[in-house]
Parts: sequence; C-alpha cells; structure tokens
Amino acid sequence: MEISLTKQFNVEKIRKDFPILARTVNNKPLIYFDNSATTQKPKIVIETLNKFFETHNANIHRGIHKLAEESTLLYEEAHKKVSDFINAEFEEVIFTKNTTESLNLLAYSLFNNLKENDEIIVSQMEHHSNFVPWQQLAKSKNFKLNFVKIDKEGNLDLDHLKQLLNKKTKIVSLVHISNVLGTINPVKEIAKIVHENNSLLIVDAAQSVPHMKIDVKDLDVDFLAFSGHKIYGPTGIGVLYGKKHLLKNMAPFLYGGDMIREVTFEYTNFNQLPWKFEAGTPQIAEAVALGSAIDYLNEIGPERIEEYEKYLTNYLYKKLSEQKDVKIYGSKNRSSLISFNISDLHPHDVASILDSEGIAIRAGHMCAMPLVREVLKEPAVCRVSLSFYNTKEEIDKFILALDKVRRTFKK
Amino acid sequence: MTEIIDRNYAGEGIYRENIIDHYTHPRNFGKLEKFDVQHREFNPLCGDETTIEIKVENNIIKDIKFHGKGCAISMAAASMLLSELKGKPIENIKNISKEHVFDLLSISISPVRVKCALLCLETVRTAVKIYEGGIVEKVDKKVYM
Ligand SMILES: Cc1ncc(COP(=O)(O)O)c(C=O)c1O
Repeated sequence: MEISLTKQFNVEKIRKDFPILARTVNNKPLIYFDNSATTQKPKIVIETLNKFFETHNANIHRGIHKLAEESTLLYEEAHKKVSDFINAEFEEVIFTKNTTESLNLLAYSLFNNLKENDEIIVSQMEHHSNFVPWQQLAKSKNFKLNFVKIDKEGNLDLDHLKQLLNKKTKIVSLVHISNVLGTINPVKEIAKIVHENNSLLIVDAAQSVPHMKIDVKDLDVDFLAFSGHKIYGPTGIGVLYGKKHLLKNMAPFLYGGDMIREVTFEYTNFNQLPWKFEAGTPQIAEAVALGSAIDYLNEIGPERIEEYEKYLTNYLYKKLSEQKDVKIYGSKNRSSLISFNISDLHPHDVASILDSEGIAIRAGHMCAMPLVREVLKEPAVCRVSLSFYNTKEEIDKFILALDKVRRTFKK
Repeated sequence: MTEIIDRNYAGEGIYRENIIDHYTHPRNFGKLEKFDVQHREFNPLCGDETTIEIKVENNIIKDIKFHGKGCAISMAAASMLLSELKGKPIENIKNISKEHVFDLLSISISPVRVKCALLCLETVRTAVKIYEGGIVEKVDKKVYM
C-alpha cells in the first residue's frame, strides 16, 4: 500500500516543479515544514508572473488598446478559474489581498446591517484575522461576541454552538481547519445548524482550500475566505466567496474606481458583481498567477493531494507520538499539520536548532494567542505543517534532528 | 533585491555552554517578598513574558529578581543582566545599551532573536521609569482579549 501510493504519487517529480526546494539552508538541503504559513511556488506560477509583466501588462477594465484587452481577459479568466475551483458562480468570487482582508471586508460590510445588541459567534480556535475584526466592531457598536468552546480533544463543541445560537445571532464565523490544532470542523453540518437559526455562516478556509476539495455549494456556506499564497500562488492575492443574493444586498467595502457604473456629482451607481467589491486597480499579475497555481493543483488533482498528505501526516503523527518527551496538541481528526512541544523546551530554541539542520518549522502562538495561551495554556508551540512536496524521508530527518535538540539542552 | 548571504548565525552556534547554563540554572530567578517596583513585559512574537521585581534602598538596587517563561536566549539574557545589576545604583539601568546585552551573551544574535535577547532590558528600563513615577504600567493586559 505504502509503495503503491508513493509510486502513484511521484513526489520526486513534483519536487522538481519547485525551484526553491533545491536550495540549501545552513549547508543542509532545505526541509520546508512551514506550509501553513505560506507555501512555496511552482515554476509555472513564477513564470506566469514574469510573462505577464514581460508581454501583457496593462490596467484592466479601462482602455481599448490591445494590452488592456489582453490583461482584462487574463484577469477575468483567473476569476473564472477560482470560481470553478470552489464550484462558485463567476459573480460570487471577489479578489482581495488575503484571507485577512476578505474577513475584514465582510466584517465592515455586514456591520451596516447589524443593530445594537445583535450577536456574533466565533470560536476559541480562530486565527486573529477572524477574531480581532469582530471583537473591535463589537466593541464600537455594542454587539455581543460569543465564543464556541472546544473540547479536550480540540474539537469544536457543537452542543455549545447550539446553546449560543438565538434570535439575536446574526453572524457565525468559524475556521474550517485550525492552523494550530489541525482540527477539521464539520462545516456542512454546521451550516445546517446555523441556517436553521436564520444566521449567516462565514468560513475561514485559509487552511482547508490548500488541502482538500472545497465545493461551496455542497458545503452551503454563505461566505468563505482564503489566501492565494497558501495555495501555491503569489502573495498579495486573496479570495472571498459570497452567495450572490447576499453580496447584491451588501454595501461596498472600499469606494473608488472600477467598482462604479455611473458617477455624478450627486450620486454613484455601483458596478455589478463581483467588481462592486474590487475598488481600484487590483493585483492583476498576482491574480493571473493564482490562476496558474490552480491549473497546477488541478493537474495533480486535489483528491490525490489530500490522499498523499493524509499518508504523510499519519506517518508524522506516528513518529512524533513515539517520542516520549513530545506532547501533541489537538485531535486525531486532523489536517496536514501538527503542533507540539518537546519536554519543557521553548519552541524558539527547538526551531533554532532545527533551522541549523535546514529544517523550517514555525514556533510561536501562530496568530491564535487566546487559543494557545488561554486554552492550551502554553506560551507557545512548535508546528510542522506539510505539503504534497514533502517526503517521508524529510520526516525521518526531522525526527532525527530532535535528538540534536535534546543533546543541546541535555534532555 | 538585496543580496542575502546565508550566514549560519541562527543555528546551534548560539547555544554555547554558558547560555545553556544560565538557561537551565537562571540566577536571580523567582519572586521577591517585598519590592518597590514590579513590571511585566510581553513579547507578542513568541508569547514570552517576564516579570521583574526590584527592591531599592538609597537609590541602590538592593535586590532584583525575574520570573516568567522564555526561550534560552531570553532567560540567559535576564539571568546575566540581573546578576550584574544587583548592588548598583538604579540610575545605571538607564545607560545600559542593547549592545551591552549582546556582549553579555557573547553570541551573534540573528534578527529574529533580537526581541528575545532584549525582552529583559525592555522590562527593567520600563520598571525604572515606573519607579521614578514617569509612567504608569505600560503593558495593556487586555490587548488580546
Ligand atoms: C486559519 C487562518 N486564517 C487566516 C489566516 C490569515 O491569512 P493571511 O495572513 O493570508 O491573511 C491564516 C494564516 O496564517 C490562517 O491560518
């Protein structure tokens, strides 16, 4: 089984698509285990960026010259690729800067439709980006912000969610996959619960879109946000999906060029979807390159990626749980990342020693300070997050390198 | 683009014997029963926190202790710096430079670890300001909640 899978999934061939994987760090081959922070880029994405600037570059949706026409076409094609990728309609996909901006757009726009004493629900496992915007708005307009608890295993407590829901609950905004615990939340089931209460469901899919097939129609979420740079695309481009009828009735977030249809000195008619939410010159080259990243992922196949990453994660989990001094956080129901601590060593020290072996892991609170400090009761954790270009051999090297960590600190 | 040279500065080189020693056996670690000023600083980057308590007599640092959680670099820096401060005029704290802390550690500190190395210095400096009545407690414990 192991061999057939590795054979079927030609990871050595895939690694050649990523130029950075050939470099060394501290004279050791780079082992990149910080994929939840950002993924490395395949050649095709880098080439698309170059090619766009070398041959097509112009502003879009304005000008009738050839370059403007080509750029507009390529930009809209990228929109189409992203919509198809998550099974959304063309009008339902808005390009932003990143997940954070997508969530802020929602918070600021939906804010207009809320009344004092309305309630918003998030969870204890949110990334700051799906937490601080709501917290700050809640303060300024007297909304109540409630937190769904997580159980000892690191799973969302759905009974608690049901208890929190009431007539005043207007918005529920939850992470799909926790970037600390790796927990995969049952979004489809949650959507049913939330909709029965006539509330809106927003999903932070920053960590799920890179690792599994996402179908917004099947999940039946109202809004969904993710980042291009975490799905092998460039930085500076993010995505917001929203159901058409909802987006239509929402106020724009930013005002300016490109998002208007008619402007007089007295009034402005806003442009149609999705452009209503894309004010100003967007990240054109980045969008086009994100389209290439999606082509690349489709070529490999999201299902195969998920299968191979599951195999890798299980292997990592098994190896890490064999280490007696390693404490793993989160449940078995997890995506391709594992947060842990090794004896009482500080994650910074662990990460520094691993770095000397060319191994890049994350150490800190992972932008989820309330979760790490108040729920896990740790100042920080170490995190290994995998991609389909990682290998079993890299995991073995990482496990060996933990011995060097122990030796350094005489543990 | 700036040419970046892959120097091996963040690696195991920083974990010298004396750093590990100060980390595993920190000097002046703990709490004071009586103190004139106490201050807690927080490093949002890594979640480290340190609290420093100072007992002052006739403008001399009679006793000084720290507690909290931190990495080897931040713990060693605190341990070394505090050992040096005990018995000195409290005035002296104002003149301690960052470079002095780096000298104490005598390792090359990579940019990503500078905050760890200087957490303790930040904390004592603010503690002195509070002691002198210059400012009120600066760290807002509610920043994240
Ligand atoms: C779960 C989750 N949400 C949101 C974000 C924010 O993504 P970005 O920094 O691209 O806006 C991240 C990134 O780490 C994340 O892991």
